[in-house]
Amino acid sequence: MSRPGTGFDPRSDPIMSTALFTYALRLGDDLLILSHRLGEWCGHGPVLEEDIALANRALDHIGEARNLYDYAVKVEGKGRTEDDLAYLRAERQFVNTKLVEQPNGDYAHTIVRSFLFDAYHLPLAEALTRSSDAQIAAIAAKAVKEAQYHLKHSSDWLIRFGDGTEESHRRAQEALDALWTYTGELFVQDDVHEAMVKAGIAPDLSTIKQAFDATVDRVLAEATLKRPADGYMMSGGRQGKHSEHLGFLLAEMQYLQRAYPGAEW
Amino acid sequence: MTDVTNLEERFQARIDAEQKIEPKDWMPEKYRKTLVRQISQHAHSEVVGMLPEGNWITRAPSLRRKAILLAKVQDEAGHGLYLYSACETLGVTREKTIDDLLSGKAKYSSIFNYPTLTWADIGAVGWLVDGAAIMNQVMLCRTSYGPYARAMVRICKEESFHQRQGYEIMSVLAKGTPEQKEMAQDALNRWWWPSLMMFGPSDANSPNSADSMKWKIKRQSNDELRQIFIDRTVQQAEVIGLTIPDPELKWNEATKHYDWGAIDWTEFNNVVAGNGPCNKERLAARNKAHDEGAWVREAALAYAAKKAKKQAA
Repeated sequence: MSRPGTGFDPRSDPIMSTALFTYALRLGDDLLILSHRLGEWCGHGPVLEEDIALANRALDHIGEARNLYDYAVKVEGKGRTEDDLAYLRAERQFVNTKLVEQPNGDYAHTIVRSFLFDAYHLPLAEALTRSSDAQIAAIAAKAVKEAQYHLKHSSDWLIRFGDGTEESHRRAQEALDALWTYTGELFVQDDVHEAMVKAGIAPDLSTIKQAFDATVDRVLAEATLKRPADGYMMSGGRQGKHSEHLGFLLAEMQYLQRAYPGAEW
Repeated sequence: MTDVTNLEERFQARIDAEQKIEPKDWMPEKYRKTLVRQISQHAHSEVVGMLPEGNWITRAPSLRRKAILLAKVQDEAGHGLYLYSACETLGVTREKTIDDLLSGKAKYSSIFNYPTLTWADIGAVGWLVDGAAIMNQVMLCRTSYGPYARAMVRICKEESFHQRQGYEIMSVLAKGTPEQKEMAQDALNRWWWPSLMMFGPSDANSPNSADSMKWKIKRQSNDELRQIFIDRTVQQAEVIGLTIPDPELKWNEATKHYDWGAIDWTEFNNVVAGNGPCNKERLAARNKAHDEGAWVREAALAYAAKKAKKQAA
């Protein structure tokens, strides 16, 4: 996909620049919303080491989200800030996948949600290091090492759950069955994404799906868990059509910025 | 039979000579017990302290603040871990130590039984609560028990970042809109006295202090540390234009220190006795996390056992 040195700057073309803005926003929203969910665990984790691990992951995700928002507002060129994107957009303007906004549930749900995201995020970040867009490539290069650790963390726990006790196996399988329907949306390639692929900015998602499948199959086999059948796949998040959960998440997250408009914090 | 008096004399001589006591060294049982009590209380305080701050992670007002708060709370979980490990060097398992917290037998710093009502409370907790804790912790970097002193060196570095970020939150609010300034002042009003209580009772009423000083677990008295904290914090409040809620606070030219009003020890004793605004919530939250996490810990143990068995085969 990489076409470095072609001298093409997507920001010089208004249609491309809107697509690039949306693309950076999609990447950023997934990470911000997942980070927020992981932050909800703070102080309530099953063991102190996991409180540390979840806070660490939340921190990595919010760091990458900030880099992406920072780039998105530059591409947009309207003088908005990262905080404007996070705190002053409404539900319909968020373009994260529905997977990441799903509630934490029990620890199996939290781990499975992260595992499914990590299995997509790592190969995506690896591919984006070869993006024709230097800024997207640089952000991805920083994220790859973190994403490797994230996938190891969630895989290790999923294997422990699957091959641990009867209860942990049951909970992990239930979480997997419940969340599987949200995985399809990760790989939907719409017009925005097609434009990114054509410009060499983003990879074709079918290649990411192959890597995702291989990871899922390998980890689930070791965990003695069953891969759910690809039934109906939920979507809509990328178009701002979310589950009811997102509105409450945003109400909480945006409270201070909404209650005290224009204040600096 | 070994002569205990002789052992105690030799132990005290080592303390007086500023030698660190290490886990396998002989120590008086009371020294060990005092340390276990103090270190475990300290560990529990780190862990329970995550709750009032975690209360604002999902509502932090900017991405930068959210990231800083996440990093801070992550540090605190880490401090809890080092301190539980330091406790284990004294022969008490982490499980036992945590069970004592969950049953209500062990104490933690009473300050965490106060609620964080507004965003400014996150500033006040960093500035005042971490600021007060640092006074103790800097002293504890030189405590006589080696593992505790070494844990403290690392903890102190991180705590000073916590204190600075808290003060920065307060200074931004104090310079902000009238509503923000009011929020900052209100937080200072509510956290000031409980922060002074963190140093513990006056030296005259502090039952464990004499032994702790003799054994150099502590090197400065509660009142000395409280005075240093007040002197420092009053000036910091002035810089950002906030008022310390103590009408009797006054610079004393003779002592070169601030004089301050009387602390309401009835309130302190009430909170220690379990009647603070959030005692029940804090303990309930820890118990809930522990109970709901039981299957996770069991799964990890079961998996580790299976894996060990496979490797042995």
